[in-house]
Amino acid sequence: MDWTLLLEWLIKSVIVVLMLLVGFAYLTLFERRVLAFMQVRIGPNRAGWQGLLQPVADAIKLIFKEELTPGQVFQPLFTLAPIITVVPAVVVAAVIPWGPQVELFGRKITLAVADINLGTLYVAAVASIAVYGIVLAGWSSNNKYAMLGGLRSSAQVISYELSLALCFVLVTLMAGTMHAGEIVEAQRGLWFIVLQPVGGIVFLIATLAEVNRAPFDMPEAEQELTAGYHSEYSGMKFALFFMAEYIKMIAISAIAATFYFGGYREPWFLAGTWLSVDVNWWLGPLYMLLKVTALLFFMVWIRATLPRMRYDRLMAFGWKVLLPLMLVLVFVTAVGILAEALWLIPVLSLVVGSLFVYLVNRSLMMKWYRRF
Amino acid sequence: MSLELILFFILAAIAIATAIGMLLSRSAVYAALYLVVNFVSVAIFYLLLDAPFIALSQIAVYAGAIMVLFLFVIMLIGLENLAGELNWRQLAWPLVMGAILLVEGVFLVIQRVGQDVYIGQTGTQLSDPSLMAKVLFTDYVLPFQITAVLLLVAMIGAIVLSKREKPALSNQGKEA
Repeated sequence: MDWTLLLEWLIKSVIVVLMLLVGFAYLTLFERRVLAFMQVRIGPNRAGWQGLLQPVADAIKLIFKEELTPGQVFQPLFTLAPIITVVPAVVVAAVIPWGPQVELFGRKITLAVADINLGTLYVAAVASIAVYGIVLAGWSSNNKYAMLGGLRSSAQVISYELSLALCFVLVTLMAGTMHAGEIVEAQRGLWFIVLQPVGGIVFLIATLAEVNRAPFDMPEAEQELTAGYHSEYSGMKFALFFMAEYIKMIAISAIAATFYFGGYREPWFLAGTWLSVDVNWWLGPLYMLLKVTALLFFMVWIRATLPRMRYDRLMAFGWKVLLPLMLVLVFVTAVGILAEALWLIPVLSLVVGSLFVYLVNRSLMMKWYRRF
Repeated sequence: MSLELILFFILAAIAIATAIGMLLSRSAVYAALYLVVNFVSVAIFYLLLDAPFIALSQIAVYAGAIMVLFLFVIMLIGLENLAGELNWRQLAWPLVMGAILLVEGVFLVIQRVGQDVYIGQTGTQLSDPSLMAKVLFTDYVLPFQITAVLLLVAMIGAIVLSKREKPALSNQGKEA
């Protein structure tokens, strides 16, 4: 282990952390502007050109806000909880490759902080730890609303983690490896969202539930729980929870892009041209940025479109629909790979997916008719 | 002293301290959190032993799933504060078994004094998931299957135990 290797790691980590932090600041602006556009409003456009300085103004406001600590809370967990929430959100981004291997200053550099051959497992492990911050915040606030928010969140995350882990199994099966970079290379020409469309859609749904975004933002359902687990937090501690949520959105979009949308690779119709990553390596991070932005737009779009689900429906959907569906999909994918007929995988999975949609729709309709 | 050895001793101190903290803490929530830190330090031990697959599985399964469920149950049924006094009669058997384990451990340590310490040199076999899967599904296929059946039985048992008869309400008949 020489010092240049340490320096390389340091530079890569700093770049990733800075990207996530700047991304967080501008994602808040992006979300507000896109929401405003969809709701035929204008949105924040006063600070700087088109509101580009709005994140700076928000940050200054949050730093100078008074920080209240209620007298009944359980210290030190009350202080630790926001930190425990932020750390996994940042750490999970370590395995995401944002470009191919490049040669700079005479050394081969992999454009990912941790180039380990257990990428999917690492993501699953870190994602499963991420819930602690929310649970502990809910408990240490010593407040019924916060407590219920924390409990709901842990139940929800545990339930959807199963489907999410099975999505990782699908990716591992199709790519034949757990290494994030090799998963991207395996999608050369054929994205996994095309090969396994239903799995990709379930992945997007499960990630929405995993990061507590609308329509699954149960832990902070205002009408029922005031602000859920962060009811008692103010000032910078609240800002940390806010930050964790948006950083998680960015990280999970990057993971979705890596596992199902070809990662840093160019779209199939650009292969072999000047716009290919093989020709110009610096296009890799650019494609990654475009894909992540598109997925974030999708998340904001969903928030603007769908109302919040009812809590029991959310749990029933996770356990009774998504989990069986994913188990069948893992089976179907394994059959397709064993039979060496890749066309079987999308066909069978679409058949299974539409069967599930039909069954859910039928049971909802039956419930509706019985009311009369 | 190599870097790995220093790391090992720091981790060992953390693991033992958190284990003792788990036993002695009065609040069930803090006990659970001590156990989480203990699991994570054991996972880092596995990393030191060149077994990242087991390390990450340890974090995902124990720290990420089982302990979250523990915390969930503790908070849900409000068992935050444990009973204060020690019941020595109940503790007799665990103490005897703990003592036997301690004697075994001390014996093994004394037996191996002067031999080489294996840290980070156990071969790279365990770091490759495909090699590991090959071993798991060929040499150890029977234990693997038995574990699977055992987990399935536990799962079905939990579902059966938690399932209740539906109360016969007047509007329930219409819906179901």
